[in-house]
Amino acid sequence: MEISGIIMMFIGAVLLALPLGRYIGKIYSGDRTWADRLFNPLDKAIFKFSGIDPSREMSWKQHLAALLTINLLWFFFSMFVLMNMSWLPLNPDANPSMSADLAFNTTVSFVSNTNLQHYSGETGVSYLGQLVLMLFQFISAGIGMAACAVVFLAMREGTTGKLGNFYHFFVKSCTRVLLPLSIAVAVILLVNGTPMTFKGKDQFVSLQGDTVHVSRGPAAAMVAIKQLGTNGGGFFGVNSAHPLENPNYVTNIVENIAIILIPIAMIFALGYILKRKRFAWMVFGVMTVGFLLLLIPSIYQESAGNPAIARMGISQPMGSMEGKEVRFGSVASAFWAITTTATSNGSVNAMHDSLTPLTGMFAMLGMMINAIYGGVGVGFLNFYIFIIIAVFISGLMVGRTPEFLGKKVEAGEMKIAAMIALLHPLLILAGTALSSYLYAHNPEVYASWLNNPGSHGFSEMLYEYTSSSANNGSGFEGLGDNTPFWNISCGIVMLLSRYLPIIGPIAIAGMLSAKKYVPESAGTLKTDTATFGIMVFAVIVIIAALSFFPALSLGPIAEYFGMK
Amino acid sequence: MSKHNIKKGFFDRSLFREALQQSFIKLKPQAMFRNPVMFTVWVGTIVMTAVCIWIAAGGTTSQGSLTYNIIITAILLVTLLFANFAEAIAEARGKAQASSLRKTRAETPAKYIQTPGDIFVEEIKLVPSSQLRKDDLFLCEAGDIIPIDGEIVQGLATIDESAITGESAPVIREAGGDKSSVTGGTKVLSDRIRVRVTTAPGESFLDKMIALVEGASRQKTPNEIALTILLSGFTLVFIIVCVTLKPFADYANTPITIAAFISLFVCLIPTTIGGLLSAIGIAGMDRALRANVITKSGKAVETAGDLDTLLLDKTGTITIGNRKATHFYEVQGVTKAQFVKAAVQASLADETPEGKSIIELSGKNPADHQVQHATFIPFSAETRSSGIDFAQTRIRKGAADAIRDIVCKAGNPFPKEAESLVKQIAAEGGTPLVVSENEQVLGVIELQDIIKPGIRERFERLRKMGVKTVMVTGDNPLTAKYIANKAGVDDYIAEAKPEDKMNYIRKEQQSGKLVAMMGDGTNDAPALAQADVGVAMNSGTQAAREAGNMVDLDNDPTKLIEIVEIGKQLLMTRGTLTTFSIANDVAKYFAIVPALFIASLPSLQGMNIMQLHSPESAILSAVIFNAIIIPLLIPLALRGVSYKPIGASALLRRNLLIYGLGGIIVPFAGIKLIDLIVSNWF
Repeated sequence: MEISGIIMMFIGAVLLALPLGRYIGKIYSGDRTWADRLFNPLDKAIFKFSGIDPSREMSWKQHLAALLTINLLWFFFSMFVLMNMSWLPLNPDANPSMSADLAFNTTVSFVSNTNLQHYSGETGVSYLGQLVLMLFQFISAGIGMAACAVVFLAMREGTTGKLGNFYHFFVKSCTRVLLPLSIAVAVILLVNGTPMTFKGKDQFVSLQGDTVHVSRGPAAAMVAIKQLGTNGGGFFGVNSAHPLENPNYVTNIVENIAIILIPIAMIFALGYILKRKRFAWMVFGVMTVGFLLLLIPSIYQESAGNPAIARMGISQPMGSMEGKEVRFGSVASAFWAITTTATSNGSVNAMHDSLTPLTGMFAMLGMMINAIYGGVGVGFLNFYIFIIIAVFISGLMVGRTPEFLGKKVEAGEMKIAAMIALLHPLLILAGTALSSYLYAHNPEVYASWLNNPGSHGFSEMLYEYTSSSANNGSGFEGLGDNTPFWNISCGIVMLLSRYLPIIGPIAIAGMLSAKKYVPESAGTLKTDTATFGIMVFAVIVIIAALSFFPALSLGPIAEYFGMK
Repeated sequence: MSKHNIKKGFFDRSLFREALQQSFIKLKPQAMFRNPVMFTVWVGTIVMTAVCIWIAAGGTTSQGSLTYNIIITAILLVTLLFANFAEAIAEARGKAQASSLRKTRAETPAKYIQTPGDIFVEEIKLVPSSQLRKDDLFLCEAGDIIPIDGEIVQGLATIDESAITGESAPVIREAGGDKSSVTGGTKVLSDRIRVRVTTAPGESFLDKMIALVEGASRQKTPNEIALTILLSGFTLVFIIVCVTLKPFADYANTPITIAAFISLFVCLIPTTIGGLLSAIGIAGMDRALRANVITKSGKAVETAGDLDTLLLDKTGTITIGNRKATHFYEVQGVTKAQFVKAAVQASLADETPEGKSIIELSGKNPADHQVQHATFIPFSAETRSSGIDFAQTRIRKGAADAIRDIVCKAGNPFPKEAESLVKQIAAEGGTPLVVSENEQVLGVIELQDIIKPGIRERFERLRKMGVKTVMVTGDNPLTAKYIANKAGVDDYIAEAKPEDKMNYIRKEQQSGKLVAMMGDGTNDAPALAQADVGVAMNSGTQAAREAGNMVDLDNDPTKLIEIVEIGKQLLMTRGTLTTFSIANDVAKYFAIVPALFIASLPSLQGMNIMQLHSPESAILSAVIFNAIIIPLLIPLALRGVSYKPIGASALLRRNLLIYGLGGIIVPFAGIKLIDLIVSNWF
């Protein structure tokens, strides 16, 4: 029963993603869609207001300049609001302003689509702050999709420097994809009881006679975009485990589908734009195999319960329920945990710190790979790097200098691909190493960091940096993370891991698109076959998974064997 | 075709000793620095040596026993030596192959022609060949060995080139035209030629080839550079993995020895491919040389693997030499005997292979024919016919339109029957020759091309590799099409002029394809230079040999097919060994990681799936496996992974299965096996 629920969610997401991908593909290739009549006036107004000519073709360098400019401006805007919100309007609960390091962390976190939250929504931000953060949930998702669109266009046949206009992709991603979908999801949530109001805390008197204050606010809108844009930043502290953010099993289905909808749709959009459906299915296949390999053992682990509890002679018919909501159950929670980490979303409906050790590891692996569906747009950009490396090695294996979609992959592209592939392990391992070093040498000073000693404490630190570097935003909440050290170090990791992996693929795709097009022959390696899919999968396992093997064996694997 | 390969095994003593010596010399840092992967191993070895000294001096007790550390250090050193040995043995073999060719021309006495000032004095002085300079003149007579590469400026000679090509039939070389080039080391059989030296000492193709093989001047090819970048990337990842392991271990309260850190690192980085990479590149050029092809750059061999289009001359490549007469068709009113007799008479003085084949077909002895009081009319470009004039009769033989001119000028009709015969023969790929007597058409001789046996299969093989073949011929389009179909080429250029080749190459290149061609004439030179891979025949002119980027010593036009396979093998060997090397990491992780932490986290024993004896034996086994896999793979690196034209996807599947899956499984077995032995002591 529980299993059929998640099969339904997955199939539902894929069935919705197919037409959505086609629609997104049409938007980026400039084909007509049914939505043109509705949105053309809106887009025109936006472009007119901002003085942008959306038909101006940009080179890949101009695209990057546009991307970074947008982000920089919004960065300062957000810093200002978060540090001054105590006296700014829309603050009925009189929440305080943020400290500089927390504002830095929060801003970076939302600009970078991470939504790591070292604060709690009920007490840490005003409604104005929430609205600003919600705006970023649109912007960062739109930026990711636009960056992905540039790479899609660059992968088309022929030699071209014409890669469309960044602002055009960005605005259309927001107005034509994110906005309508968010409205639809928000309405469903609203019907099921999620609040949407600007009034302050409500209160009621419980049966015991106590007065209970209940935080509320414009939550439905934020929850919708947090899921659709793989943002994950919740309105309330405990995110989608909170009864007002995720009231029942129906909203859980809707939110969970929303988590993986656009990441999967982007793959089909690629197939539409390149007119290579088989290639899109190959990408989807590799990602799905990876996804299932993370998901199936996690479900098994969660529904089998905790061996330590079992040893006490307590039966666990519902599986391991520590940190989980009874209205969702262990299987749906495991499914959510894997979807939210694989896609770089980061919203949670259960406490990841309480997942059984191996499920915790699979959640981390999803983020370490960060290309199994991945974040909106950026998931494919990460996957693109793996494709380039796979193309290079397998090209050699069939006796040709490597080429991808008719373009030769040479030293320049390899240099960028190697650096980007290197970055993720570097940031995660270096961050964890730094915190381990500090903790190991001064356990008294940093005692407040870890709620758990030993392997699990190590997992908490590893998870935090993995989540930051994957721009995921979920956390093992046993970690005491609202300190300058964690705010700043995670902030830096998020910044680097957001922009470099966008810049790298765009640069590679841009360089390749300007190269001479080599037509396919019988000796050309086809990239839309299952064999090539296996090759990409192997590259992902070797680079992403193996480099974390020692760290994982000290954390979750040691904990798993220790509990057995 | 006999190739004088040196079929020396890998353990040929002199090569082995030289390579062994070189592997120590290559330990110097400047040499190691060229290879980033092995350089890190080099650094690791230095660090371990320091650790050994530290322990021996009594500075520490936390690093394990001295013996254990010395053994680890020694294995690292051996790993380096193995990698150096791979490169050195490849170099030694290449050099041996090249110098065996060079020896033939080592010190040959040359008959130097002295030219004091402007006055040409025919004074001949015997000098050793090494004293000859570019543009010097020398003389060669029957029985002489030609001392150095040159160009005939005067005379004609038959030359035995078997020393270079292995082909025993002598060839004719003469001044002017496309056959004027002579190669040092070949022998003059008859006549006497005056030759101008074309290469300065040390600049011959062989010298260039030897330089390519030798480490010092060897340039990395673009593909090699890209692969090195990727391997450096992997190396960096594993540096990060190993460095960060230190604080992780601190957190877990596990002391890890320096030896264990360095062992883990050396095992994880792709030392197998890193150590064999340059050997693979050298071996590729060496294989080309064994096929009697001299390459001027390593890049050319690589490019050959990517070729999309091959331009092949029809004559000599697709068809055997020249056309042969196959039929006599007389027109009505003429008897067969009458026609054949006229045809034979017209061909008596025709020295071309076609002319000779007409006499052959008639089955008559030319001596039987009355040729007294006859004048031979040689072929001229103006009349485009040849023949013989007797007192009363004028016999002419030539192309259809040439004879039609003659016949019509005399007011006679050109028979319809002859017209249709001509068309029919041309449509079947033959060449019609019309014979007339006293301006009356007697009949038509059919000349046919003989397609080389087995050539169709070779083109089929090329098609499966994804290479398109194009036949270049001077024939008319009809004939060209017929032969193209029969031989199984994909395209043809008919009535080709030299510039047509050039245009075709440009057109293909513009659509992104890589083109190879083979040529020998001076007028081929621009096209040879334009082609991505231009193979000049050794018998070709100096200009052609300068323009191409490979020289085929056998003058064998089908050699391009072999060259393509050598190029593909080179890239495949790199790819498969990279895959193998990286796939090995899975087993090494499972050997070393539990060994590192088992002392403080005993639960990790569950990860020791190979059931290795102890942490020390596990680490030792992994490092030993990592070292000995290099020499075990040297034969494969030198021989190259075999290429099968089964389509790219099938090939990838096959190689992934062998080298990918094999690369995961083999080390599990290998490490376990070594552990069984090592566990006796550790």
